[in-house]
Amino acid sequence: MKRRSFLQGAAGLVVAFSIPRFAEAGPSTVETDSVDAYLAIAPDGSVTVYAGKVDLGTGARAAIRQIVAEELGVRPEKIAMVEGDTALTPNQGGTGGSTGIMVGGIQIRQAAATARQGLINLAAARLKQPADALVTADGAVVPRAGGSGIGFGALVKSGRLDLAVDKNAKLKNPDDYTIVGKSLARPDLPEKLTGRHDYVQDIRVDGMLHARVIRPPAIGAKLQNVDAASIAQIPGARIVRVRDFLAVVARREWDAVRAMRVLRATWSEAATLPGSETLFDTVRSTQVARTETLRNTGDAASVFAGAGRVLKASYRWPIQSHASMGPSCAVADIRDGGGTVWTAAQGTHRLRQVITQLLGLDMAKLRLIYKDGSGSYGGNGNDDVAFEAALISRELGRPARLQWMREDEHGWDPKGPPQLLDLRAALDPAGEVLAWETVAMVPQNNPAPTGAPLLAAVAGGFVDGSGMSSGLTSLNADPPYLFANARTDIKWLATTPLRPSALRAPGKIGNVFAVESFIDEICAETHADPLEFRLRRLKDPRAIEVLTRVGQMMAWKPRTTSPSRGGAMLRGRGISYMRYKQAENYVAMGMEVEVERNSGHVRVTRVVCAHDCGLMINPDAVRAQIEGSIIQTISRTLLEEVKFDSRRVTTTDWASYPILTFPEVPKLEIALIDRPHERPVGVGEASTAPVAAALGNAVFDATGMRLREVPFTPQRVKAAFAASA
Amino acid sequence: MTQITLHVNGRDRSVDLGDPETPLLYVLRDDLALHGPKFGCGHGQCGSCAVMVDGQAVRSCTVKAASVKGKITTLEGLGSPEQPSKVQAAFIAEAAAQCGYCTNGMIVAATALLGRNPRPKEVDIRTALAGNLCRCGSHVRVIAAVLRAAKEG
Repeated sequence: MKRRSFLQGAAGLVVAFSIPRFAEAGPSTVETDSVDAYLAIAPDGSVTVYAGKVDLGTGARAAIRQIVAEELGVRPEKIAMVEGDTALTPNQGGTGGSTGIMVGGIQIRQAAATARQGLINLAAARLKQPADALVTADGAVVPRAGGSGIGFGALVKSGRLDLAVDKNAKLKNPDDYTIVGKSLARPDLPEKLTGRHDYVQDIRVDGMLHARVIRPPAIGAKLQNVDAASIAQIPGARIVRVRDFLAVVARREWDAVRAMRVLRATWSEAATLPGSETLFDTVRSTQVARTETLRNTGDAASVFAGAGRVLKASYRWPIQSHASMGPSCAVADIRDGGGTVWTAAQGTHRLRQVITQLLGLDMAKLRLIYKDGSGSYGGNGNDDVAFEAALISRELGRPARLQWMREDEHGWDPKGPPQLLDLRAALDPAGEVLAWETVAMVPQNNPAPTGAPLLAAVAGGFVDGSGMSSGLTSLNADPPYLFANARTDIKWLATTPLRPSALRAPGKIGNVFAVESFIDEICAETHADPLEFRLRRLKDPRAIEVLTRVGQMMAWKPRTTSPSRGGAMLRGRGISYMRYKQAENYVAMGMEVEVERNSGHVRVTRVVCAHDCGLMINPDAVRAQIEGSIIQTISRTLLEEVKFDSRRVTTTDWASYPILTFPEVPKLEIALIDRPHERPVGVGEASTAPVAAALGNAVFDATGMRLREVPFTPQRVKAAFAASA
Repeated sequence: MTQITLHVNGRDRSVDLGDPETPLLYVLRDDLALHGPKFGCGHGQCGSCAVMVDGQAVRSCTVKAASVKGKITTLEGLGSPEQPSKVQAAFIAEAAAQCGYCTNGMIVAATALLGRNPRPKEVDIRTALAGNLCRCGSHVRVIAAVLRAAKEG
């Protein structure tokens, strides 16, 4: 037992709300294969769950409690939870790729099932009853037949069970669930909504200085000279410089902001970027590092070689920002080869390794404590700011709080990379798809040992800046339908203009936009009904059900063109379908839009969605994730595009990088399909993927114009009207 | 040092400003440890930093602390987990937040709206919140929460 030697001092103390100082925690890596790594039981029978994955505003904080409560037999309100603290929690991997419940929750469920069996065995000896005559309920082991039992706390005086997680420990039958499947309230909302909740931005440490970073005027510019006298009039303001990494600190936060603004520094010229105006020319001419055949059914190449009627189209997805509402922030106290970093990073355990390596620390002496931040949807600025805060603290030898400014977040967060997809379909005279081909171009994943190059790691000379990673961007580039001949090739590009990272449902949104829009193009070309076309080419009953439900909710009737195409306000409808990563959620979506002919303004008026994620732990949390996924992706589809010149990103605030606002948010109708006997898959990403295609298909229905490049800005729509006139 | 007195959440609070231009947000968060208002953009674009001043929603990141003469109410001043305000209680009931970072501004703007229009229609709510940004996409719940607060008012 490595983590909780300190737990024993106070007889099974539950540490959720009084996390001890790091020095008392001892060696600080928690194993992942023992029940004690995930669960601790206090003398009063209350339970603490230690989760390596975290709640990013998703409701996992409620759902994980429900899983443990259900499996262990304890009331959810008796469960405390510690998330993402590297000294206290097992490394379950980062909170990304919708794995919070699907992987993290399932591991914890197995630990809880093992614990239940262990508690029953302990009680069987004490009560002199066979184990199979006992059950757990409300924090106690009790005879199935009734009568008095023994509380968990009395059974486990040390707080520890000393059991390996049993992969075969019997799970409760979902038919008997009383807690999982209910929409329990999120425990964090009352404090979040009254100002009492501590976000990472709210952490204050004794002796702490406030820091701000000064970015170069161009990516890759070298720092030539810093004029310390330029901030001399600001009380206590100091410069922290490590090669080309430049920051200022001050005791008062506003003084750090002022120092950041008035500091005079000279930088070398740099102009390394191709500019966003020619982004897709750049993408198409980028060297291909390797080509991967994602899927190959039949012999598409031969069919295309002999085909008479071939439909072709190219689809473009722009560079986008995570655009978190709160700029990233971290507090660090790094001294004597170790210390503490308070961070909202999605993967604290991995980030701990990265910071250890980069700063040459002793990993056993470095602790990362997760604190909620502003919502993150992948790798935003959180990893960067944590390393920068650690670097500044190490240089100062005292605690530092680094708060990024809006311009740091919009300008310098690692971006969702651009995607370019070329699609072809060979059609026979009857309109059947003889062959399909996708060629998708996305940046390669070749992360350096320290992950994606952090800004300060490059500027400070710790790494050379090579390596990049943006997640599972190739998935869903292949169509989900039964085509006899279909080939999907991924051209993994050697470089991409701006430092990339995984942005919510990485790649899948752009891929499904292309695939499901092109399906719609085929339907239009062959006079097929988009709903019927899809249904006829799906076999999986779960796929068929979500699409059928959407058809019903839309009161779908086949038609060849929208009745409103002639007027000033055009109205249309569109659908799309996908199975996430071709292996997880089934999601179908329908949209209704209005397009204003004069202004080019596209407004989504109604969205319907049918969603099947298997077992739902907390249906309202599932619903909230779907709502957020749809709204955020409508925003990305209609409005969002990172622009840059030859030197740096130029869309650095909410005016230049707008997102969807209240007046534009549509009505949402969501059908949750509950399948308690199917494994639960994640819900943070899947319903983003069909959004852009449904929207584009609805615009086509309304206008007859196919939009193949996101975002669908008024200027772009107006240009399309002009071109089609 | 510039000493000022602010009327915050029912109390007079005396603060040494340092720079006389210091925005209200930094005084609230750093000097008075009121973390309800959040730093979002520093340009008055997003609304995360909003507080009430004499019943009006004000963006504390762009207003100078020294210029504020009225009664300031922050998210903490509206209510507590034990005794949330009507609007806060409605937001909790509707689970009208994901990360909750922007929600301060939503609650402040909604409280101000209900102060001047106790029975807003949905369109009034959308208009009143048009300048409050949310990235997680909790909008439909926020609208439902404001309608609920109005109904229960």
